[in-house]
Amino acid sequence: MISRRDFLQASVAASAIYSAYGVSNLSRAAAQQSLTQDQLLDFKTTGNVTLIHVTDIHAQMKPIYFREPEINLGVGEALGQPPHVTGQDFLKMFNMAPGSADAYALTYNDFSTLAKSYGKMGGLDRVATVINAIRADRPDALLLDGGDTWHGSYTCLKTEGQDMVNVMNLLKPDAMTFHWEFTLGSDRVRDIIEGLPFKAMGQNIYDKEWDEPSEDFADYEIFERGGAKIAVIGQAFPYMPIANPGWMFPEYSFGIRDQRMQEMVDEVRAKGADLVVCLSHNGFDVDRAMAAKVKGIDIILTGHTHDAIPEPVLVGETMLIASGSNGKFVTRLDLDVRDGRLMGFNHKLIPIFSDVIEADKTVAAAIDAERAPYKAELEEVLGHTDSLLYRRGNFNGTWDDLICNALIDEREADIALSPGFRWGPSLMPGDAITREDLFNATSMSYPNAYRSEMTGETIKLILEDVADNLFNPDPYYQQGGDMVRVGGMGYQIDVNKPQGSRLTNMTLLKTGESIDPNKTYVVAGWASVREGTEGPAIWDVVESYIKRKGTVHVDPNKSVKVITG
Amino acid sequence: MNISRRNALALGGAALTVTLVPVSFAQAAADDAMAQAVAEFTGGADIAEGGIELTTPEIAENGNTVPVGFSAPGAKRVVLLASKNPGPVVSFFTFGALSAGDASTRIRLAGTQDVVVIAEMADGSYTQVSKAVKVTIGGCGG
Repeated sequence: MISRRDFLQASVAASAIYSAYGVSNLSRAAAQQSLTQDQLLDFKTTGNVTLIHVTDIHAQMKPIYFREPEINLGVGEALGQPPHVTGQDFLKMFNMAPGSADAYALTYNDFSTLAKSYGKMGGLDRVATVINAIRADRPDALLLDGGDTWHGSYTCLKTEGQDMVNVMNLLKPDAMTFHWEFTLGSDRVRDIIEGLPFKAMGQNIYDKEWDEPSEDFADYEIFERGGAKIAVIGQAFPYMPIANPGWMFPEYSFGIRDQRMQEMVDEVRAKGADLVVCLSHNGFDVDRAMAAKVKGIDIILTGHTHDAIPEPVLVGETMLIASGSNGKFVTRLDLDVRDGRLMGFNHKLIPIFSDVIEADKTVAAAIDAERAPYKAELEEVLGHTDSLLYRRGNFNGTWDDLICNALIDEREADIALSPGFRWGPSLMPGDAITREDLFNATSMSYPNAYRSEMTGETIKLILEDVADNLFNPDPYYQQGGDMVRVGGMGYQIDVNKPQGSRLTNMTLLKTGESIDPNKTYVVAGWASVREGTEGPAIWDVVESYIKRKGTVHVDPNKSVKVITG
Repeated sequence: MNISRRNALALGGAALTVTLVPVSFAQAAADDAMAQAVAEFTGGADIAEGGIELTTPEIAENGNTVPVGFSAPGAKRVVLLASKNPGPVVSFFTFGALSAGDASTRIRLAGTQDVVVIAEMADGSYTQVSKAVKVTIGGCGG
């Protein structure tokens, strides 16, 4: 019998997404001619079980541009390991040609140029086509949704997630776990999950008062597929009440709770599970650490940190799968499960090139129906951008620089703070900025833009706290997300120092003076997790700024100096 | 509006108790108090590691009420300590001979620190376990 390790190594070539097309100056027509739906879906059906994984869709029903990060630093054991490999290093690691469709889908390099060739990605109607094709091969394939599904767009906000629930139900998921969904408020979440035709799960969702597993969510479900018992255990985002406003879901507690995860694995094994899958919203590094601690998980379908990795990552005997975000990718994982063991597999991270994959008509019509009542608002042009607007990256992105500029201008602040969210699609230079685009980057249920006075010491304390949530060498102490974006102030950060000594050289950009710990500065920001935060909604602040400017221009941010050595 | 440090932190996120004494002084005082509390419990005896299971959140959802549980089978007496609290002793537990030696409670933590459990076993030996619990401002998320 071939060992699991041999299988993983043997699979490297087979699992890479379809490679090697043309160069970056291909016209879109040429790129589309060289890419076909059949190529994207080409797959050697393997074994007796198929898993389909989607995660972190962030309510993106329509195709989008999404630039992957340029800077995604790993610390501790994650240093230099996927997903902490970007750009050219990523292309080398996975043997991809610069300018290829893979390079466009998975890296930041030449993004604006390549986007012209390869077009937008995602769209749930295209995702539906891919899922239908997989089900044509394997009718009982399991579709597993890693969460962050009912958040992130104008229509999702206005319908409190109902548009996404309706459209996702057409795709017929078999299980789902959660993160941003809870920011709809716990009453609304319970309302929705009562009507779901599949299990809402999270073994780490606890009743806060009794410190016991919540009865509102399943721990796991065991599916019979291809003569094997497949256990799927849910793991919701562990740091809900810390990263998001706990007052919106006061009856729940979360946490990693890996001891209970071990109990669940042992329990499903005792019930005869041949394969144990964890549907996780931990974030990749937390999953990597959990895989080393909890014994007996065969596969972790990771989520939260929005990483797209074209091959499974092996930790001991556990395979980690990272399926990207915003509907850009669908993972197909075929498994040969026999006699209580995983004997072989075939994996493909399928890129959803929206100009290549045909839209499923039923789902396309459902998406249009959900959007129809809001059409005029969605399409209203607020202004234009002559810069590429993107968000992902550890320290800054032009979307957040724009938001920070708007906060400083509109709110008359010295310094602006914008949270290091990883959601939010990109806009190309020259694009119109519609209301839909603005909400794709700001939509949330706690949007108030505060304005307050803080001392230099407090500002440093806040930034050090956030930096430790990103760069603590033990992933169990990380929350995921990126560094809070700062406008109006520059700083230097040494990611390998302990909390309290990472940040130095904090400088007020408008005067060039050092930040004085005892001096008071006017700070504007948004998305505070504190109840009762006052101020206009962030989208109103940014809309007013964009309308005033007409065309926005965002210079590359050179005010953060990063030390990694 | 001139916002205090405490208010600013609350503005940033979840409740966080912050001491206003200079950090270095507060830390030295807390370290002394911790050493003293440990010495008082053990009488200066050697302390082994392990043999106790300690359950804490890695990051506290609310520093004012952090669920903490331990299981110290065979323990006669247990002290629960919050190493950097102004007063590190949280509570003492005394177990009868037929007890499982486990307990859980909720404690308040004045910032990121180690939670320590030291048990005196039936034979008079001591063993300990500790876990770091982070108390954070919060916010952001992926």
